[in-house]
Amino acid sequence: MNKIKKFSIYLIALAITVLLSACSGGANNSNSSSNDGYTLSISGSTSVGPLAEKLAEQYEQKEEINIEINQIGSSAGITNSINGVSEIGMSSRDLKEEEVASGLTETIIAYDGIVVVTHPSNKVDDLTIDEVKQIFTGKVTNWQELGGDDLEIVVVSREDGSGSRDAFQEIVGYSSGELIKNSIIASGNGNIKNTVATNKHAVGFISFEYVDDSVQPIKINGVEATPENVLNQTYGLSRPFLFVYKDENLSEEGQGFIDFILSSDGQQIVAEAGIIPLK
Amino acid sequence: MSDSPIEKSNKRKYFLEKLSGRFFLFCALISVISLALIIGFVFFKGLTPFVADGYSFVDFIFGNDWVPSEDKFGVFPMIVASLYATIGSLIIGVPIGLFTAVFLAEIAPKPIAKILSPSVQLLAGIPSVLFGVFGLAVIVPFLQNNLGLPKGQSLIAVIIVLAIMMLPTIVTVSETAIRAVPKSYREGSLALGVSEIGTIFKVVIPAAKSGIMAAIVLSMGRAIGETMAVILVAGNSLIIPTSLTDSVRPLTTNIALEMGYAAGTHQEMLFATGIVLFSFILILNFVLAKISAKGGQ
Repeated sequence: MNKIKKFSIYLIALAITVLLSACSGGANNSNSSSNDGYTLSISGSTSVGPLAEKLAEQYEQKEEINIEINQIGSSAGITNSINGVSEIGMSSRDLKEEEVASGLTETIIAYDGIVVVTHPSNKVDDLTIDEVKQIFTGKVTNWQELGGDDLEIVVVSREDGSGSRDAFQEIVGYSSGELIKNSIIASGNGNIKNTVATNKHAVGFISFEYVDDSVQPIKINGVEATPENVLNQTYGLSRPFLFVYKDENLSEEGQGFIDFILSSDGQQIVAEAGIIPLK
Repeated sequence: MSDSPIEKSNKRKYFLEKLSGRFFLFCALISVISLALIIGFVFFKGLTPFVADGYSFVDFIFGNDWVPSEDKFGVFPMIVASLYATIGSLIIGVPIGLFTAVFLAEIAPKPIAKILSPSVQLLAGIPSVLFGVFGLAVIVPFLQNNLGLPKGQSLIAVIIVLAIMMLPTIVTVSETAIRAVPKSYREGSLALGVSEIGTIFKVVIPAAKSGIMAAIVLSMGRAIGETMAVILVAGNSLIIPTSLTDSVRPLTTNIALEMGYAAGTHQEMLFATGIVLFSFILILNFVLAKISAKGGQ
């Protein structure tokens, strides 16, 4: 009996050790690649990052190259590319004047766009970005104030940590803490769409590819939410994904990666990631 | 010396005995190991922010704001939501379940009990996500239209769904307890001139008390731990509910909702949420153990 007890305690201890070492070891191996070609360093936006990771993964299989991607935020990435710490910076916002003045070249690799949707019966079909912000931060709480029926507004948002939510909040200009507290939180685009489609009071935001007849897409400043309007930069709820670099710092390999992203193969990956490709 | 055939067959028998004993031990260990792994993992991950990163555990439990992207982690609204939802569902579920059990065990004619009993048990087999879908498709719109609410996703929707989900547990466990009450109790009571219903409530139910309590605690565990059904009807808002029509986010849905995209401290805080939930379940289990120990006396 005693033996069995001891044995089981050993087993449990062993299992826990294996588990703990497995979870602490798992975090670090995403950056280590086996081939030892040129190392391309990229840093910047956490929104562009996941897309860049996907593109890099594909490109690394084709070429002898290591691509190191650090997701540290747009501003930090731009600064890094200006002073040469990183060869390429990633940005999910347009460059500021002083950043352009320091000699950066920008290449748009894709567009990110989000659609605000309501129930099809809602009379409100056109909002300004500021009105969208007032709705989502709880300053406007009734559709009547926006020219609709006398219905309380029910805000539907994605969960904290979701990339779409980050993007939406960044474009509209409010923080997670400002989001109206009694908003319904749904996980996933489909969930938001279903909630909005079945509730006359509701308003939510979803990616372009999820829009269908069950919900009403809202025009922003009178501009319809279509990929074309995103590409000609008239639709407000969108932002470019940029690669920025100094021409003199950009290596042949770096140029090769950018060319790959802009090729039809690269843009195919962009589209698969749910982001609006350039063509 | 050579073994006789009988000794040989005995040896084989003993060997097989031993081998199967070991095999059963191994099977038994699997569940113990799983338990140890889960507890170890959840606590290791969940306690990291408090031990290593200096977050305050008190702020975590009593904080009102949960904004992971701004480094604010307070689960108090979720604790309140979980407790309200559990208590509310008990208030609806326990009487209905108990009366069903009384009916099945004491009153129902055999043919009716034969149909009712399996259908209650079948209810237990329905996957929880289907309860959620049912709640979202039927209960939520019903509440929204009939109570004139802007949204039907609410505490009351959660309570109704949980109350339905806990029925099979309450009914089957308390039915067993009621059936276990010796016939002589009833006969004695009836012989003294007490009515049938009076006998049930004054004699049978008090005698089956510990079994019924166990049923309640078990269903409480189900209610507080339920995730899939709740996530669809709760609305998941981060507020402390002040009315039954407020949308709420219980502890379980917080974990399920945000785990997909969480990383770093945010993820560890979700494990910490799991620790809180785990503590509730542990307390319930202690209570259950106490009750069954009492019942055994």
